[in-house]
Amino acid sequence: MADVTTYAAPADLDRLRTRALYAGVAGLVVCGIGLVVDRDHFFRSWLTAYLLFLGIALGSMAFVMINHLSGGSWGVFRRVFEASSRTLPLLAILFLPVVLGMGTLYSWTHEDHVQADEVLRHKAPYLNVGFFLIRALAYFAGWILIAWTLTRLSKRQDEGDMSVNLTLQYVSGAGIVFYAFAATFAAIDWIMSINPHWYSTLFGFIFIGGQGLSALAFTIVISAWLVRREPMAALLRPSHFHDLGKLSLAFVMLWAYFNFSQYMLVFAANIVEEIPYFIARISHGWQFLALFLVIFQFAVPFLLLLSRDLKRTPYRLVMVAVWLLVIRYIDLFMLVAPEFDASGANLHLLTGEHESGFYVHWLDLAAPLAVGGLWFWMFLTQLAQRPLLAVGDPYLREALQSGGGH
Amino acid sequence: MAHVAPTATIYGLMAEFETPTGLVEAAEQARLAGYRKLDAYSPIPIDELNEALALRRTRLPMLVLAGGILGGLAGYGLEYWSQAIAYPLNIGGRPLHSWPHFIPVTFETTVLGAALSAFVGMWALNGLPQPYHPVFNVPEFARASRDRFFLVIETADPRFDRHGTEQFLKGLHPVGVHEVAP
Repeated sequence: MADVTTYAAPADLDRLRTRALYAGVAGLVVCGIGLVVDRDHFFRSWLTAYLLFLGIALGSMAFVMINHLSGGSWGVFRRVFEASSRTLPLLAILFLPVVLGMGTLYSWTHEDHVQADEVLRHKAPYLNVGFFLIRALAYFAGWILIAWTLTRLSKRQDEGDMSVNLTLQYVSGAGIVFYAFAATFAAIDWIMSINPHWYSTLFGFIFIGGQGLSALAFTIVISAWLVRREPMAALLRPSHFHDLGKLSLAFVMLWAYFNFSQYMLVFAANIVEEIPYFIARISHGWQFLALFLVIFQFAVPFLLLLSRDLKRTPYRLVMVAVWLLVIRYIDLFMLVAPEFDASGANLHLLTGEHESGFYVHWLDLAAPLAVGGLWFWMFLTQLAQRPLLAVGDPYLREALQSGGGH
Repeated sequence: MAHVAPTATIYGLMAEFETPTGLVEAAEQARLAGYRKLDAYSPIPIDELNEALALRRTRLPMLVLAGGILGGLAGYGLEYWSQAIAYPLNIGGRPLHSWPHFIPVTFETTVLGAALSAFVGMWALNGLPQPYHPVFNVPEFARASRDRFFLVIETADPRFDRHGTEQFLKGLHPVGVHEVAP
């Protein structure tokens, strides 16, 4: 039941939740078929789709912590961010296919391959199966611990315990540092090491910036859905969406800034360890996807988000947000896919010179349906469990007022 | 509250409110009553006031956009002219028109052009500096930068009527109505 005084979730959330579960299960079935008939593509597609939803959850957790530290009237969206961050235990389970597919995804898991390659022999103390698993376990343990602690404290705040306010800030300060380091190493482990010779110091930032953009876009979509229903209809104002729109604009620019910086540094240095990554992505058809990303993940959203009217109109802002989520997936596809060829084979496991031509596989649609459906089901379950506003937040009253602080 | 003499020349009448909501409602009422020469003063920015007063949108963003585009073109043009035309140097075999190297300068000059046009345009459009304004003749107005909210209807408004406007303002539940000496 939609109840204005307790800020309970809208009644039709349950229907959406059931549909998400059906979609997820249907996606899982298709992925199961994919695993049998096209094993290599399954693991690659799963990793790509997985990274999108992990990005929403982790980016959201980072925004919860930033909001505890900075305040701001966009804190009215904190419950949406918190619900996303509480999906991390499910995401830890959904990581299992990546572990099972390590042999396909990461060439450095093959002992004979490592022994034949001097660079990989040197990287072996870091890039080996045991340490990879220990690290993954540590990332998830840390992230889940942070999300759980923040949620527990925020619940006590709801109940009127003002003593937790300072604790929330301490946890957030430490949590941000852990998140940034763990996400950087995760980006190296899970994406960069697909091409084990390549390295880029900006890669972690690109990963983190992308997570921020995904989290904002997703939160805009959910909030635009909530604002059409009670109890949020009267509470969320154009100025609140304006804030999310402004942050999205900043993250769109950040994406372009990081990616261009990485490209320019590699272009300027022109050394043999770094350029293959880009050559693979600006040839054999991939260059069109690269151009597509520049135009549709930067230029078009940037120009649209400049408009004040668009940012203050939820039903128009949400269209940009949905597009941003789609293009985030395409961007992650661009990070992963060119390291494999159209048959699904890992190029770094093949002997001799091999290049990948542009391809898309049907599992690239099934995997996001499976991961996304299950994830969205979990998200809605979490969203429904708590009031839609952080009622104990000392800044909430101010944030809901007209002209409240930003 | 000062007694309002019927014939004295004044700048206008000022109503004082305790809350931003009171000010926004008063501004809406004044617009509805047909007053056009009115202004509001508040210690904090109030988004809703723009709509209540039906203020025209500032042209500043367009000016900033134009400044940014001009700055960017100038930066890229400078790079292109110096690298490819005036002083063509072969650096590591790269093409003379190596556009990725031109982007940082283009970005910086875009920001510079936008920031300069924002600074100059803001001063050109906002009417500052203004060394004298009649509203400061009202002693209570000192609280406009602290905790009070003011609405002023100017004498220049065609619908302004000394007695009628005062009665109208009093009907909006202000803390007080003051006359503003010119």
